[in-house]
Amino acid sequence: MKRRDLLAGLAGLPLTALLPRIALAAGGGGTVTAVAATETPVLLAFVNTSSTIWSAKTTEGLLEFDHDLTPRPLLAAEWDVAEDGLTYTFRLRQGVKWHDGNDFTADDVTFSLETMKRLHPRNRSTFAHITAFEAPDPHTVILRLEKPTPFLLTALSSGESPIVPKHLYAEDADPLTHPNNTAPIGTGPYVFKEWVRGSHLIFDRNPNYWDADLPRVDRLVVRFITDAAARTIAFETGDVDIGVRTPVPFRDLEGLEDLEHIVLEPQGYTYSPPNITIVEANLRDPILSDLRVRQAIAHSIDREALAKIVFYGRATPSASAVVPYHKDFHLADPSPYALDLGAAKALLAEAGHPDGVTLTLDYTSEDQRLVGEFLRASLSRAGIALELRGQDMGTLIARIYGDQAYQLHLASISNLFDPQVGVQRLYWSKNIIKGVAFSNGTGYQNPEVDALLEAAATSTDRAARIEAWHEVQRIVARDVPNFPLVAPTWLTIANTRIEGHTSGAEGAYDGSLRRLAVRA
Amino acid sequence: MIRRAALHAIPTMVGVVIVSFLMLHLMPGDAVDALAGISGGASAETVAAMRSAYGLDDPLGVQLARYAAGVFTLDFGHSISYGAPVFDVIVDRLPATLLLAATAFTIALVIGVAAGWAMAVFADRWQDRTLSAGVLFLYSAPSFWVGLMAIVVFSAKLNLFPLGGAETIGADLTGWALVADRLHHLILPASALAAFFVAIYARLTRAAMLEVLHQDFIRTARAKGLHPLRLQFRHGLRNALIPVVTMAGLHFGNLVGGAVVVETVFNWPGLGRLTMGALASRDISVLLGILLMTSVVVIAANILIDWLVARLDPRVSA
Repeated sequence: MKRRDLLAGLAGLPLTALLPRIALAAGGGGTVTAVAATETPVLLAFVNTSSTIWSAKTTEGLLEFDHDLTPRPLLAAEWDVAEDGLTYTFRLRQGVKWHDGNDFTADDVTFSLETMKRLHPRNRSTFAHITAFEAPDPHTVILRLEKPTPFLLTALSSGESPIVPKHLYAEDADPLTHPNNTAPIGTGPYVFKEWVRGSHLIFDRNPNYWDADLPRVDRLVVRFITDAAARTIAFETGDVDIGVRTPVPFRDLEGLEDLEHIVLEPQGYTYSPPNITIVEANLRDPILSDLRVRQAIAHSIDREALAKIVFYGRATPSASAVVPYHKDFHLADPSPYALDLGAAKALLAEAGHPDGVTLTLDYTSEDQRLVGEFLRASLSRAGIALELRGQDMGTLIARIYGDQAYQLHLASISNLFDPQVGVQRLYWSKNIIKGVAFSNGTGYQNPEVDALLEAAATSTDRAARIEAWHEVQRIVARDVPNFPLVAPTWLTIANTRIEGHTSGAEGAYDGSLRRLAVRA
Repeated sequence: MIRRAALHAIPTMVGVVIVSFLMLHLMPGDAVDALAGISGGASAETVAAMRSAYGLDDPLGVQLARYAAGVFTLDFGHSISYGAPVFDVIVDRLPATLLLAATAFTIALVIGVAAGWAMAVFADRWQDRTLSAGVLFLYSAPSFWVGLMAIVVFSAKLNLFPLGGAETIGADLTGWALVADRLHHLILPASALAAFFVAIYARLTRAAMLEVLHQDFIRTARAKGLHPLRLQFRHGLRNALIPVVTMAGLHFGNLVGGAVVVETVFNWPGLGRLTMGALASRDISVLLGILLMTSVVVIAANILIDWLVARLDPRVSA
């Protein structure tokens, strides 16, 4: 497949066409206030994937994406992928300046990608097959691969693969503790101004942004509001304009939806789709290693009721860990073990537990506790008693992945832009790594699944990849090392006085908010 | 007296450092686990690289020695979860919490003592009963509820006060406008934090006043023909304040520590929230820094209270 996207007229059109032309001409100005529940450790997602939410506002990547994940030019003006999928050529946008006034060049790109291959928790494996990062001239970058990586282009977004200024990183600088992490200098639409920890963040308009029409707001303020009820009130009073990934409790959504000045925007979550809420079984446990016990658990779960009761109907039931947001990859089949308490009891008896079993369920955070209590009630009807054990994240990671001392683990797993990056880690036997968070924690091993995953990871044939993934989902649905439950809906909550916050797959979370504007 | 207290402070602080260092390391999981947890994933190599970059793979003794050596040169280490020196992270937050706690403390003492005095003077009459009911309410209402109700009534409905935070963000105010803006943001959280302590001081003052007012020297003073107000203040309240001030001295530490709930509800950028965040992210060096600095503040507050009590009661300094 030979593809060459030409910049200017062609590629810029579909995205900007979503916005009213008049507003573009109006220029705008004004201040927009965003809200966040927690503060990220740093502001740059370069080597710290816990800090994606504000990263793209200052620091851009090579590409951005349409709602259907079609790549569009950002720092790369055009690109070409060789037919064998082994050579990627990027022509970089010219006349782009860093916030400190230096020129953006191909060296910045090769430096950033090479550093991420070394230190980025995910790009370490995403870029694993790249053998050479070449910069033949200041505006061209060539990547040479030893094996195809079908999701490589999708990984080149601002949030996943931010391009940082090489000139700030001296030879011996440690990217993990570099000051650019907390006061980032990028090419993005907003310039970092201040970060008062525990209070707020301020970004100002980048007056030298390469797209002269953008950005259209003068200032972007981020307020950190830890208390969930206080966040809801802040939306009601208009104190904050925008928040991502359903920033209020689900029970408050209906009240907010009724307000005239509030919109709930479900779009903008195709790049990083909502997490799958999932129960993982420790297959090393003598009780849970018995397939019949796991089948009994599966037979006693009612996903629709969970979505309705715990999430007020704002969750998508999914029997697969690949969430339905991945339209092609998601296998919509129901679980082979339908809701059937009689079957569950029979299986338990067959497995030697005629009087039922008691299992522990580890979780973290208040939202998860509600899911846990729902499960405790459901499973008790089949004779499975759950003991809920709440803890903070540090304890949970040490217990589940370090000590592996658990029976059931209630988790929320991010799918990311490709199941190969987000879901493969749960089932691939080579990803059983003691001590590593959200690796294959169940200890599931199936050579057939391994082979399918490995074939899909390096195939350039999309249809074949999709078929392999469907087969993986069929197999793990039968083996039930884990129990995918629901994908709670992510909504962007926004005041109607602003627009342009959701203009592509990356939305307001992964995206740069460069088209954001205050309505005239 | 003050010199003696200051000398006692040093072994106290050394103890604080060593005990908290060891206790904090008993927590399961470390900063890298927590970071990987909120990142939603990691790889074995990046986890190992982070542990070695932050020195988390060294033996505990080495880490403690390194930390202690740093503290002597006023280097409190590097915060993993904030990507900045610990000293800067804490100094950013300390003034906000001190301001909140000191304001709440003042409000609690002034209103509490006044209410307690009134209750004692009108003991068992309707004024006393009404105030007692109010005090009981403040005593039993949890501070997060008081805070949320204050927000709902005074911010959301009446629009009298801001929703939270310590200042109008991005307004670039200076001079009196800045002071007024800060005060405007301070009143609700400080009152919510003070509510519980108002109740304590009111009840303490009432009890102490009643006890003092029944003592012989008061009867003598009354027989002498002293004006009732002078009697109540000069002789009654002054003596009744001694137990109140002593208790208040112990409470200041509680206030600094207990501010976390109010800080969360009002989104106040203080140490309480920093502590919770640092605990969740296993940022041991930040936690140690907070413990160390708050112990300094609490020791200083105690010295101040000892001095105050000595002023109120000359017998104490002897």
